[in-house]
Amino acid sequence: MRSHPAEYELVAPGSLQGVVTLLAGEPGTWLPIAGGTDVMVQYAAGTLGARRLVSIWNLPELGGIEVSAEEVRIGAGCTYSELCGHEVVAREFSLLAAAAGWTGSIANQNRGTLGGNIVNASPAADSLPALLVYEAELILVSARGERRVPYVGFHIGYKKMGLAPDELIRAVCLPRRYAGYVAYSRKVGARNAQAISKVCVAALGKVTGGVVEDVRIAAGSVAPVPVRLVETERVVRGRGVDSELLALARKTAAGEIRPIDDIRSNAGYRATVTGNLVREFLGRLGR
Amino acid sequence: MSPARGPVEIKLTLNGAACSVDAYPMERLLDVLRHQLGLTGTKEGCGEGECGSCSVLMDGKLVNSCLVPVLHAEGAKVVTIEGLAQGEQLHALQQAFLECGGAQCGICTPGMIVAASHLLSRTAAPTLADIREGLAGNLCRCTGYIQIIEAVAEAARRGVGR
Repeated sequence: MRSHPAEYELVAPGSLQGVVTLLAGEPGTWLPIAGGTDVMVQYAAGTLGARRLVSIWNLPELGGIEVSAEEVRIGAGCTYSELCGHEVVAREFSLLAAAAGWTGSIANQNRGTLGGNIVNASPAADSLPALLVYEAELILVSARGERRVPYVGFHIGYKKMGLAPDELIRAVCLPRRYAGYVAYSRKVGARNAQAISKVCVAALGKVTGGVVEDVRIAAGSVAPVPVRLVETERVVRGRGVDSELLALARKTAAGEIRPIDDIRSNAGYRATVTGNLVREFLGRLGR
Repeated sequence: MSPARGPVEIKLTLNGAACSVDAYPMERLLDVLRHQLGLTGTKEGCGEGECGSCSVLMDGKLVNSCLVPVLHAEGAKVVTIEGLAQGEQLHALQQAFLECGGAQCGICTPGMIVAASHLLSRTAAPTLADIREGLAGNLCRCTGYIQIIEAVAEAARRGVGR
């Protein structure tokens, strides 16, 4: 049953201060809406629980991508199109730029924001495995001030996260320390545009002197939250890439995830494909 | 349930002309265009951002108007399919769709043409891959895409994006 707009309130304070003041006054009653690519879908379907919405679209304090010597700070309100089109993001954080280009369609990328994607907390979100392997940090803001937290551990269960009812994500920070790494990502879905992933993998690795010096592998759509494949990383780190390692990593990856059967795929396929993608990544890393 | 506020005045530039409309802030831009402003060229397909039938340009960017609360159009420049033709003179993309057989039932066509105009405004000489990507968010269930892609390529050859 479609929603009726008269039953919903939507206000646009126009400044970050205005928004966090509103959230602080009545925590948990206001739902922030940025580009609306998730919220408006629920609204149209009549499944949106919130009746009071506060617009954070185009808030200047949530926009922009700042590049410093140590890190790239991406405003939570940056759209996927802005991420794809940013030179430093595309060059140094290609896994994130690639995922941004896979998300939805161009129209969705023009409205969907990185912060919105994190808070929507879909285990299938294409950008989140990239944030895990880059060891992103989040800057959260409320009327009480700002705090900086690692993204890993932010999603604590299906659609559950470490965000207080009066808080917003202000920015996502990526450390600039991945020069010299091999980057790999792949989305497996019915088609690239629009289709939600059956499995998506983002990985970084570095081989020095014939052995894997560092490796980070993350996957989406294979557990209630996007996950780092820490056990697979452990068996790979410090080893030379040979056929034995490829087989071991494939098996370990398939065994350490917790995929489910749903409308897009099933657990067995997801486990097999995840193992295959890990093997493909390591094959490239070993070249 | 908290009482919602009433309609608000939204001012925007619509197809080049100043426009003002009273609407509930959460009304979908799509519905305001079709029901209040009488611009029924913009179609509703899926209503969830997957089919592109409701594509319009907002400040030069392609968006799905079914996912835009009308409050977000405040102060924006919105272009719909009705804004492309000059009076009786078809836009070159419309002419190319006509000549190449790029429209069949017609429901996807306005969105396809708006998305194509967005593509050509950024990439004047698109490759086949560019066209496929530029239209990847627009679904057609009858024409079959080939004539649509040919129409966009033909419009590009005629210099639409230059």
